[in-house]
Amino acid sequence: MTTRVERLRDETIGSAPTVSAERAQLLTSFYRDLETTQHPVPVQRALALAHLLEHQSIHIGEDELIVGERGPAPKVVPTYPELCCHTLDDLQSLPTRPKTPFQVDEEARRRYEEEVIPFWSDRSMRQHVFAAMTPEWKAAFDAGVFTEFMEQRAPGHAVLDDKVYRLGFEGFKERIAKAVARFEASDAPDAADRLAQLEAMSICCDAIIRFAQRHAELASELAETATPERREELLRIAEVCRHVPRHAPRTFQEALQTYWFTHLGAVIELNEWDSLSPGRVDQWLYPFYRQDVDEGQLSPNSAKELLACFWLKFSNQPAPPKVDVTEEQSATYNDFTLINVGGVDENGEDAVNELSYLILDVIEEMKLPYTGSCIQLSKTNPDRFLVRALEVIREGFGQPSVFNTDAIHQEFLRAGKSLADARAGGPSGCVTISAFGKESCVLTGYVNWPKVLELTLHDGVDPQTGRQLGPNTGDPRSFAAFDELFEAYRTQLDHFVDLKVEGNDRIARLFAERLPAPFLSVLVDDCIDRGRDYNDGGPRYPTTYIQGVGLGTATDALSAIRDHVFARQTVSMDDLIAALQADFEGFEGLRTKLVRETPCFGNDDDRADEIARRLFDAYFDALDGRPNPNGGTYRVNLLPTTVHIYFGQKVGALPNGRRAGVPLSDGISPSQGADTRGPTAVIRSVGKIDHVRTGGTLLNQRFLPDVLADETSLRKLGDLVRTFFRLDGHHIQFNVVDSETLLRAQEAPEEHRDLIVRVAGYSDYFNNLDRELQDEIISRTAHEEV
Amino acid sequence: MVFDLKRFALHDGPGIRTTVFLKGCPLSCAWCHNPESQRTEPELLFWEDRCTGCGACVTACPVEAVAMAGEKAATDRARCTACGACVPACPEGARAIAGAEWSTDDLVQEIERDLLFFDQSGGGVTLSGGEPLAQVAFAHSILTACAKRRIHTAVDTCGYGAWEDLAALAEVTDLFLYDVKQTDDELHIERTGRSNRPILENLERLDGMGRPIWIRCPLVPGYNDDRSTLDELAAIVKNLSSVRAVHVLPFHRGGQAKSKGLGRECEASQEGDAHAAANAAAEILRLSVGVPVHVGG
Repeated sequence: MTTRVERLRDETIGSAPTVSAERAQLLTSFYRDLETTQHPVPVQRALALAHLLEHQSIHIGEDELIVGERGPAPKVVPTYPELCCHTLDDLQSLPTRPKTPFQVDEEARRRYEEEVIPFWSDRSMRQHVFAAMTPEWKAAFDAGVFTEFMEQRAPGHAVLDDKVYRLGFEGFKERIAKAVARFEASDAPDAADRLAQLEAMSICCDAIIRFAQRHAELASELAETATPERREELLRIAEVCRHVPRHAPRTFQEALQTYWFTHLGAVIELNEWDSLSPGRVDQWLYPFYRQDVDEGQLSPNSAKELLACFWLKFSNQPAPPKVDVTEEQSATYNDFTLINVGGVDENGEDAVNELSYLILDVIEEMKLPYTGSCIQLSKTNPDRFLVRALEVIREGFGQPSVFNTDAIHQEFLRAGKSLADARAGGPSGCVTISAFGKESCVLTGYVNWPKVLELTLHDGVDPQTGRQLGPNTGDPRSFAAFDELFEAYRTQLDHFVDLKVEGNDRIARLFAERLPAPFLSVLVDDCIDRGRDYNDGGPRYPTTYIQGVGLGTATDALSAIRDHVFARQTVSMDDLIAALQADFEGFEGLRTKLVRETPCFGNDDDRADEIARRLFDAYFDALDGRPNPNGGTYRVNLLPTTVHIYFGQKVGALPNGRRAGVPLSDGISPSQGADTRGPTAVIRSVGKIDHVRTGGTLLNQRFLPDVLADETSLRKLGDLVRTFFRLDGHHIQFNVVDSETLLRAQEAPEEHRDLIVRVAGYSDYFNNLDRELQDEIISRTAHEEV
Repeated sequence: MVFDLKRFALHDGPGIRTTVFLKGCPLSCAWCHNPESQRTEPELLFWEDRCTGCGACVTACPVEAVAMAGEKAATDRARCTACGACVPACPEGARAIAGAEWSTDDLVQEIERDLLFFDQSGGGVTLSGGEPLAQVAFAHSILTACAKRRIHTAVDTCGYGAWEDLAALAEVTDLFLYDVKQTDDELHIERTGRSNRPILENLERLDGMGRPIWIRCPLVPGYNDDRSTLDELAAIVKNLSSVRAVHVLPFHRGGQAKSKGLGRECEASQEGDAHAAANAAAEILRLSVGVPVHVGG
């Protein structure tokens, strides 16, 4: 790490996330002045972005090589009142809340009180979303049956392909002009709408070019008073910013800066869930790297420094403050950018290159949890690539995660994507696949499977509140066989999936009509060609996901019922339900029996794994293939972020002996501590789920550092990964840390500021997790060697 | 009689392996890591620190072998039949039975679950113990069944047993992990209870059969880490032609808690820096053995 990088790294890690009201204020004044004019909504949105990019404060840090921030300075984040208008109470509690706090100064509070809140409190999307939901939807939402991603943030989760490096925004404008010509010549009834969309996209292209120009001007100005050495860097930066992203980049540095401005355009336009990702940086940028190195313009070390500066940019942008349930389901600063290395080329051959290894070095050195990274591993990739990645993973900060490119290709093809788009794509965010540059893969919320089971066990009534939330599916005491219970579960599940889908569809149309994203639309095919917005069916593949949560917990709970109540008949349903309602108080003996004698998921025990399969199939049948209102399709994926904690709080005691309020299992991992037969058994269990029919699954495994100490063991871990992938497993990620370290970190957090752990699909500082999530991670089974 | 089956074993031979621990061992090494493997019959394991003194085990025991001794349960081991009735009764999971009868078919079925992991990693199954030679018919039957299914097999042996038995196993085994603990016979007898002569003789004869052998030496500081012992070990290895590697295994305390759990004493050996000692020993062995020397399995 160079001293420059070290300094910038200290700065990003050391500075406290802070709220800036600047964007909110600029946006408010823009819309206030605009109200009398008559622009179509997409053009309004584009002009708003142009206004922001023209007027917001810009920043070039002291030693920076890659420039530009989302807010006025590193770690200072804008807010998005058009999506979620924070209340004064929100702003009051942000600085002092125990986890993911944000500083809010008096000035910001005052501007919110005087300008932002009066204008937006009735106009924000959040208001519209909740107003459009039915009482049934709201009751289920409040009970924690499902969550809603779009109540505070916008559809996003987009990943770039290589277009921007080939075309620049002038190239995009040419494409737009061609589409305009086509629609001008058309007499289609919606041609005017298409032309308005395209006009908006064109305005956005000019806006981002102007934003870069402003940075060029600032860099030139700073150069006048800089030291000779820095002057040279600043003049170079000015030259870079004059050229990109207007034109296609000419150098490695210009290519990185091109992405970064593009990223800023997208995340200033809207607060998307998740933020934009560059995707396969080792592929898109390799031609620039090769050319610069061959021409003697760049050494591998200077490329590494530029990459390190690039890495820091993501770390400077905490996800804007979330509140309420959205904060509960995603309690992290991580904004889920993912950088991918490895995979295959357009011919399906090994695509690992020199830059892939260089990037792994950077991941290892930077150890920045909020710059997410993964490898896309194909059977065509060499073992040394995998082993090098495992060396980085062994460092213990949960990066990079490991994805099965060959299984992902099958997932893409099953979902109707072309082979070419499949090969160019990969995972994004936590784990969900996306055809890079061609898909809106929109995650919309989690469904709490164990909650659905709890409702099934109470004939549709939520025992936490006594409210009837689901249909009457019968008193479980009257069920003669396990299959009757499972059918009742299926009926409840179908009901709540229907409810969630209806809500989603209304929300999707709200975004299409009220909050189009013309900047993002420029980047994603075929928005330009179709003259349609990213939020309105523009992308080639508009996909909607609802994420299933609690597979391990729900499996174990059902397994306990099947084994004890129906198969062995050692426990009556009556006693079991009484015990659940009492949270096992006075039923300790029964609870011991349930905990100790239930076949659990994660042990390669077919009795449990067969139930996991049925649970998966029930969810798949309820959701997969349904049309969404944007001409796309609903798909399933299984991941939790931090919602398994929140959902756990909403579920009472369960038949596997889990007490009320305890976290659910995460992703497709077994219940914490229920897997006792080692990682091969876990992988066999998890491999029985058909990953190919999903858009992503998430498996967390924890290893004690000793197990992986030597090269031979590391290679065997590689074989474990390869075997999981032969079983078509989608993704695996590792925590390599012992419980003692985590316990010590709870005792003395200030001494463990740099301790990073894998949560679920992302890494975070251990100190930034709340106590419950910390405890949950400690309770995960740690694989060891005896 | 099997006392444990461990999947994802990384240090019992090449690749990812399933290790089957057979119960019963002719030696009684003072530092034994798996004391529950020594006797041939099932035994009760009891973790006293988990015991809350609730007395559920006292009620559950059909032969009145368990009674309260102050705050904790105590088991009269002369009376205990290791029937296991107390195990599910204990709410804290403080009790377990080490040792269960397995049929070859069931065992092989269990082993085959990880076939794909073996294929990927060049792994397989390892019979360990206890001592596989102590249950030679069962061991032979497992090894034969695995060989038929093209599963790589290894036998981890202390080498103490009848040559005919070892020769029979060698017919169906791909690799031997052969322990040499001490070259000096008197010292061997002192700390393991048996002479090392049959062990060293068996090793020489096994070498003649041409099966690959990895020599494993559990390094116990103060017992077998001195220069002359290591030189003698190196001399023995140098004279053999089938040895492919030597593994120096750092001493660890894993056995002590288990000994306590069995109601037995275990020598609290001075651990020192076990890894440093093993590394130093490996350095010495590397000077002359002529095959790769590794620290750890």
